[in-house]
Amino acid sequence: MTPRTIAVVSAGLSQPSSTRLLAGKLAAATAGQLPAGTQVITVELRDLAHDIVNALLTGFPSPALREAIDQVLRADGLIAVTPLYSGSYNGLFKSFFDVFDPGALAGQSVLIAATGGTARHSLALEHAIRPLFTYLRTVTVPTAVFAATEDWGAADGSGEALTARIARAGAELASLIEHREPAAETDPYASVPAFEQLLHDR
Amino acid sequence: MQFGIFTVGDVTTDPTTGRTPTEHERIKSMVAIARKAEDVGLDVFATGEHHNPPFVPSSPTTMLGYVAAQTENLILSTATTLITTNDPVKIAEDFAMLQHLADGRVDLMLGRGNTGPVYPWFGKDIRQGIELAIENYHLLHRLWREDVVDWDGQFRTPLQGFTATPRPLDGVPPFVWHGSIRSPEIAEQAAYYGDGFFANHIFWPTDHFVRLVNFYRERFAHYGHGAPEQAIVGLGGQVYMHRNSQQAVTEFRPYFDNAPVYGHGPSLEDFTEQTPLTVGSPQEVIDKTLTFREHFGDYQRQLFLMDHAGLPLKTVLEQLDLLGEVVPVLRRELDAKRPASVPDGPTHEALVAASVAEAVRTEDSTAPASRR
Repeated sequence: MTPRTIAVVSAGLSQPSSTRLLAGKLAAATAGQLPAGTQVITVELRDLAHDIVNALLTGFPSPALREAIDQVLRADGLIAVTPLYSGSYNGLFKSFFDVFDPGALAGQSVLIAATGGTARHSLALEHAIRPLFTYLRTVTVPTAVFAATEDWGAADGSGEALTARIARAGAELASLIEHREPAAETDPYASVPAFEQLLHDR
Repeated sequence: MQFGIFTVGDVTTDPTTGRTPTEHERIKSMVAIARKAEDVGLDVFATGEHHNPPFVPSSPTTMLGYVAAQTENLILSTATTLITTNDPVKIAEDFAMLQHLADGRVDLMLGRGNTGPVYPWFGKDIRQGIELAIENYHLLHRLWREDVVDWDGQFRTPLQGFTATPRPLDGVPPFVWHGSIRSPEIAEQAAYYGDGFFANHIFWPTDHFVRLVNFYRERFAHYGHGAPEQAIVGLGGQVYMHRNSQQAVTEFRPYFDNAPVYGHGPSLEDFTEQTPLTVGSPQEVIDKTLTFREHFGDYQRQLFLMDHAGLPLKTVLEQLDLLGEVVPVLRRELDAKRPASVPDGPTHEALVAASVAEAVRTEDSTAPASRR
């Protein structure tokens, strides 16, 4: 069987980043449920920040951004993690998905996750981030993972709860990936209708 | 091989002086630029068509008719004529009229237009852009080739017994290019009719356009118009020159940094590396332009964007002087490399000759065997 690939997109801006940390745990949890040899590719949006803005302005991605987009498109599953800013995904996270061609992500298996200061913001995952991926027509797993600052300390048991949630979300994404065909390269030129069809199928 | 310039016709503030030309100044500048193009030995002047500020050229055949009267050799063209929002009947008439006035020195490039609100201003819908381009051109193609047309389509009033006047000069319609930056359907359309395909690759990386042009070439052959390498391809280009390469960069940078299309985005250096933009010495422009052929194969028309982003008329005219030195070198190099089997850039005279040859061939094949 062809080894599967998981793309991890992290929009964390600080170094080190708790968003990146959460993304890494989700990737490990997912890969752990898949056959050995599963590849994890991480895209750190911070490194592409200027390229993303330039792509919004010029309409085309730089070679580095093109490679990141292609990695996401070629992957069998996507783990998308953002810090919450002003009650929603941060601008960099949204801008990255804005530079994809319309419909390019349709059908992609996705696990969404976010980090924030306190659990008060956790529903942003359901109110802001899940609708974004609904618009992009991805297949998004039911469990979305939110990690507040306090979750990173296991003293009161919340850390365990986070670990359990990560494991459940990872298993959901792995199961989705396993039950679907490996990602295939799409060729926009292969589906162009012949001219007679263009002329008469109006 | 044909060389020329294409203009968007934008009214843009000069970022180095803060001065904005009036519409009148800009329109007159475009005419001066067209005349200069002929003076320095270029083959083609093409104007855009826009129906919203800050652009002035809403009426291309009016402008091109005026330019035709002041030039003798220049081919007058468009980049692009909106096949979606214009009535194909009016395009047929306007360009046939222009063709007569200019003694055949006319062709046109069709495009869809990507500004959403323009469509409803003309009673159309951008979501039907491809369908409009397909149906409208199919009618335009017939109006220029059939003296009497009956027509019933989705997008305009039916026609019964309609004759577009004047008939094309010498019975040969103006050559048509189809321009697209991302729609394979338009490459398919150009291939189907055996028309030209223009890839304005100036703002995007080359590899994307190589796929589009190769697709057009393959489909051109599929529809029986010749071998893939015989398809008629045009390319964009964008240059700013100074004999001293570094001086070119210094002079152009404020225009680049503030340009409406890509300003405030990537650096001049990154953009030059990733797109066909060349800012440097005439020799650097020659070297970069010669690489286009390596990517796209032998092609027939090269148009440069020279007058945009607020560059003053005086500067544009100086740039055209330099372009006039660059083009003979490019022409010599590219013509020498092009095999005899690959057609030269389309002209009215060549189309008339081809049409006469075709008529003779048809007569031969329909004549009784004894007369052959």
